[in-house]
Amino acid sequence: MSLVPYVLALADDALVSAQRTAWWISRAPELEEDLALANIGLDQLGQARSLLSYAGAVEGAGRTEDDLAYLRDDRDFRNVWLVERPQTDFGVTMARLLVFSSWQCELYAALASCGDPTVSAIAAKAVKEVAYHRDHARLWTLRLGDGTEESHQRMQAALDAEWPYVEELFEPVDGALVDPASLRTAVLDRVQSVVQDATLAVPTTAPVVGGGRRGLHTEHLGHLLADMQHLHRSHPGVTW
Amino acid sequence: MPEVTFDQLLADDGRVEPRDEMPDAYRRTLIRQIAQHAHSEIIGMQPEGNWISRAPSLRRKAILMAKVQDEAGHGLYLYAAAETLGVDRADLLDQLHTGRQKYSSIFNYPTLSWADVGAIGWLVDGAAIVNQVPLCRCSYGPYARAMVRVCKEESFHQRQGFEILHTLAHGSPAQHAMAQDAVDRYWWPSLMMFGPPDDDSPNSARSMAWGIKRFSNDELRQRFVDMTVPQAEVLGLTLPDPELRWDEERGHYAFGTVDFSELQEVIAGNGPCNRDRMAHRVGAHEDGAWVRDAATAYALKQAARTEGAA
Ligand SMILES: [Fe+2]
Ligand SMILES: [Fe+2]
Repeated sequence: MSLVPYVLALADDALVSAQRTAWWISRAPELEEDLALANIGLDQLGQARSLLSYAGAVEGAGRTEDDLAYLRDDRDFRNVWLVERPQTDFGVTMARLLVFSSWQCELYAALASCGDPTVSAIAAKAVKEVAYHRDHARLWTLRLGDGTEESHQRMQAALDAEWPYVEELFEPVDGALVDPASLRTAVLDRVQSVVQDATLAVPTTAPVVGGGRRGLHTEHLGHLLADMQHLHRSHPGVTW
Repeated sequence: MPEVTFDQLLADDGRVEPRDEMPDAYRRTLIRQIAQHAHSEIIGMQPEGNWISRAPSLRRKAILMAKVQDEAGHGLYLYAAAETLGVDRADLLDQLHTGRQKYSSIFNYPTLSWADVGAIGWLVDGAAIVNQVPLCRCSYGPYARAMVRVCKEESFHQRQGFEILHTLAHGSPAQHAMAQDAVDRYWWPSLMMFGPPDDDSPNSARSMAWGIKRFSNDELRQRFVDMTVPQAEVLGLTLPDPELRWDEERGHYAFGTVDFSELQEVIAGNGPCNRDRMAHRVGAHEDGAWVRDAATAYALKQAARTEGAA
């Protein structure tokens, strides 16, 4: 089984997240948060670049990180739905980051000792980054959940809105180096304990029928890619 | 005799520190200048932030995100420097949001193409460096020290901007045209960044006497032109000024007349993007109010819990 689809899936999760996170730069609730979210976005982008380059190398068809990022259509992207929907509410961003970074932490920790030396090296570096993301999201979940009446309600609504997209993280992926289902208990335990510490309720919303790992996406991904890819595609073959 | 001490410090080219006595007018001038500088850093995040989502390669995207992040950091150092003078950041932001304090007029021009990101790095960060290097010797210690850190990063930004334009100017014909168009639009507004001409700059003399300003607006503008013209030649791009030529006698480049009426219009709020920039900034601030309130409420609860436990 080729490694390519799996490495691309993880790369696309990181790339699409970075694209969404970067939206916050100049729009955060305070200046310190502009810096923090820029850091997080840069980490995610760095992970995406390493993984895309490696996917291109394993594939052996000469595709670079930019070829893979800019010249694939949405049906060829393999990211989960969790990361691709717009996030213009700070509570939603933190709820999503809490889930996503908790999952990435478990995932990268497991991949750090997987059989593929390149993936293992990328994961060993990334796990430190995402541990910081998880802590950042944890602290904001506590502040928002246990802050004001309004913030409590908004954070609960944000969690409820993100929850249907959690299960997709644990669905099987072709060529997986770590069985996604094996991460489920650790990720959910971690998220639930933060949610409870924040005086919030663990949502009971049912999972949606997703399909990101098979290239079936929400309508939002096409817009994200149109924005991200148009300039690169308007000037084929040039150097930037 | 505190006034004597202050004058003596200035005479000795020493640094005034937050606890030192200083004339009220000196304090007010610095607060206004540092706040305006801080506001410029954070408003300046917008025109370049406009291209983060569309950056044409992942490498350029990462560099641009890091650059805009640096500008946020500059804003932070500068607000902190202003706070040493007895004001607080929330009040200064309020003055920005209500239009009582200004930011650099250059950020009221739009970024219409990717090349504008290069032009801003090369010209706008370049002009900022020329303005700010002398501020590293400003008489007010915290401002001078903030400027040392800021200038290091600005010169990095300037090189990155130059590199973007160099790549475009030596790329396809469409890329070259994009680069030339950006330089055509950003050249004159960059010259305006040095402020009105010397004979129309009422507060300059006092700022010079106080060691806040070291060179006049026109001197700095000339320095910028002298520095930039040879770089434009390396880029293979033309600066949009038919009067630009080397003046052998003066040992400087001669250049055309800056349209200061345009600068006045932009400062008065009628530039191409004034309304968009303010709406973006005020919108982000208002949308974030519930988050800041929650953080404050949570911190108070935590403090009460710690006290209750003790
Ligand atoms: Fe700056
Ligand atoms: Fe800069």
